[in-house]
Amino acid sequence: MRARSEVRLAMPSIDVSAPARRAIVRDAIGIGVATGAFGLSYGAIAVASGLSVIQTVALSLLMFTGASQFALAGVVGAGGGAFASAATAVLLGTRNALYGLQLSALLRARGPRRLLAAHLVIDESAAMAVAQHDPPRARVGFWATGVSVFVLWNLGSLIGAVGAGLLEDPNRFGLDVAGPAAFVALLAPRLRDRPTWIVAVLAAIAAIASVPFVPAGMPVLVAAGIAAVATFTRPATDPPAPEPPVADPPAHEPEAG
Amino acid sequence: MGSATLWLAVLAGSAGCYAIKLAGLSVPDRILEHPRVRRVAAMLPVALLAALVAVQTFASGRELVLDARLAGVVVAMVAVRLRAPFLVVVLAATVTTAVLRL
Repeated sequence: MRARSEVRLAMPSIDVSAPARRAIVRDAIGIGVATGAFGLSYGAIAVASGLSVIQTVALSLLMFTGASQFALAGVVGAGGGAFASAATAVLLGTRNALYGLQLSALLRARGPRRLLAAHLVIDESAAMAVAQHDPPRARVGFWATGVSVFVLWNLGSLIGAVGAGLLEDPNRFGLDVAGPAAFVALLAPRLRDRPTWIVAVLAAIAAIASVPFVPAGMPVLVAAGIAAVATFTRPATDPPAPEPPVADPPAHEPEAG
Repeated sequence: MGSATLWLAVLAGSAGCYAIKLAGLSVPDRILEHPRVRRVAAMLPVALLAALVAVQTFASGRELVLDARLAGVVVAMVAVRLRAPFLVVVLAATVTTAVLRL
């Protein structure tokens, strides 16, 4: 069994017909283009928040998970320190662990290949992989989407960062509201039921209430801590299986990269 | 934050995010399949995003203020409600805030 999966790894598309592969790759490029446009706004927001162009681009290359990058820039822009900004980004990235859990059975990646696959585990690649009918197509979907989004997200980030760097005072153009607007767009598809709404409203209230009392950047962590404890201690009912928010690859909205 | 501190945030945050991705592909299923752990991991992004929206709309340093940002965020919410594409949401919000600041 091990040997068989190794063979499949060597040729991830071995069981996928050429037309099927082309269709998947076409979808993957479409998702990459949408995410690249999203990367433009990330690059602009990050520079307006006080990151340098190189730091903005380094985040896209090294962190490569959009919501976390937006969050890090947002906390930096609000005057938060290194710990608060990095911790907020990492906490937002925890959902990628759950995608990885779903993907590990499909990808069966080992060794260096797994190290590379891990970097590409994001909303879009996970959504494309789990949307396919069988594991071989899932692998094509994962790798094609991961690479496509990686290339175009980084390109978009670079262009957005350089563009915003040319503006003397980005906030005059309302760029300080681009961050919260982006978070509204990222949050909306997740508000699918009442418990989720309650968590969102309570977290917002907790964050605002703690603003005067804790250093910049910490209110978000305070809110997340309260939400985590409240969610963890609530008696188990129906555990919501976290799914990648991009449901339908051809007609999707760009999500956090 | 100075440049060195910013780099610390960039590198530490990136390392943490990568470790989490790798953990998902590597750790035994039973740890992450614990219902409470799954529930927390599903709710954390919601709490963090909602808190970020609130803080970035109302906070200015350690003070709470009402300014042109609120109008921009309300416009963003309306745009999301109307199923506008991501860039339209962000642009509508920034244009609203920029116009109010003229």
